[in-house]
Amino acid sequence: MGIVARLAIGAVAVCAVGAGAFWALTAPVRLDDVALAALGQGDATRGERMFWAAGCASCHARPKAEGDAKLELAGGVELKTGFGTFVAPNISQDPRDGIGAWSVEDFANAVMRGVSPEGEHLYPAFPYTSYARMKPSDVADLYAYMKTLPAVAGRAPEHSLSFPFNVRRGLGLWKHLYLSDGPVIAFDDPPTDAVLRGRYLAEGPGHCGECHTPREMTGAAKTAQWLAGAAAAEGDGIVPNITAGEGGIGDWSQDDIVNYLETGFTPDYDSVGGTMVEVQRNMERLTQEDREAIAAYLKAIPPHPNGYPPRQQKPSS
Amino acid sequence: MKRLVLALSALALAGTAAFADPIAERQAIMKANGKALKSIAGIAKGAEPFDADVVMAALKTLNDDAQKIDVAKLFPEGTETGGDTTASPKIWEDMEGFQKAVEKFRTDTAAAVAASPADLDAFKAEFGKVSQNCGSCHETFRIKKG
Repeated sequence: MGIVARLAIGAVAVCAVGAGAFWALTAPVRLDDVALAALGQGDATRGERMFWAAGCASCHARPKAEGDAKLELAGGVELKTGFGTFVAPNISQDPRDGIGAWSVEDFANAVMRGVSPEGEHLYPAFPYTSYARMKPSDVADLYAYMKTLPAVAGRAPEHSLSFPFNVRRGLGLWKHLYLSDGPVIAFDDPPTDAVLRGRYLAEGPGHCGECHTPREMTGAAKTAQWLAGAAAAEGDGIVPNITAGEGGIGDWSQDDIVNYLETGFTPDYDSVGGTMVEVQRNMERLTQEDREAIAAYLKAIPPHPNGYPPRQQKPSS
Repeated sequence: MKRLVLALSALALAGTAAFADPIAERQAIMKANGKALKSIAGIAKGAEPFDADVVMAALKTLNDDAQKIDVAKLFPEGTETGGDTTASPKIWEDMEGFQKAVEKFRTDTAAAVAASPADLDAFKAEFGKVSQNCGSCHETFRIKKG
């Protein structure tokens, strides 16, 4: 065999191994049997709390939906990011256009692992990176509650992403690097029950870190600057620092935070704005105990200076 | 008399100066709104006792301020940026929507003053309607800046 032929065979072999490795490393990983067994019998009443805590309607109701229309999860809200435009899909109970035909296992794999029933990776614009930390039983409750919501026909438009982000398979690698169901903040001293409950709500269903934590180029959260504030995913604005570090909310008392989550007003009676308006309207539906827990957690996390660059001062004319 | 004329001129000048800087002017209005709201928020939450006079004073301030929001004068072209404005570009992209939001705030504050709430429940209803405008408008038309 000539040297050229041998080289060619070698090159093909390397490519085959590489492709095989890529295929293996990017395969969707579903929940294990232990997690699936922990789903249990979902309870719709308890699930309503998870529905608002997780903010499902904020992206999956139609844009600008109010009142009962918030429970019609037809999708359609757009998230315009540097990777392209994500469009929230229909997650109503319609069996064809929504998720009405999904089993609770299908639902849990989507919510906690970002894997569709067809075995495709979902994009982390759907914050399963946070929902991965949810208790399986809470996810089953959420499923039970969503079963009580209306079926709405009609598919939302597809995402419109640029290469290479439009290759779903590549997300498998990304998940190996960044998908974790462990807590972000480990406390040195044993935290109070309220702090633990707040950590669960904020890091899991509440997915606060998805907007309030700066991201790497890859889109992964910079957990060393957890909740330090970040450039907004859309537009020119910022999402504020909610740690006690410089520029943050260290001068807010725990009650101030609770009041903000409940009423939408800061200690100075400035109001909630931007995408937080939707979040606050979800938070006001939680119990006072839940809001107090989130506030206790925010008071307990490490302080960081702002996670976004300082404002460019433009000379005023 | 001379003094009075001087004082009036000074006031007039101050007025002109304020409008020469629409960004500062609209920010002052918003600050005043926040202050008025703060004075009655405790009552609305039930943390402070109902006081009809305090409530009316604040509602009147909110209404006066709301009527002062002349969109053409306070948000003219050229004030999209500058100073430390946190006005969203969406104001100028959707002037009609913004006008509508301002109009709703004016209507709601005027209605609250006209209702002249005499007890806590009546007040809470008006407070809810008025304060709801803050977040609704800021959701679209304000951005946070670093």
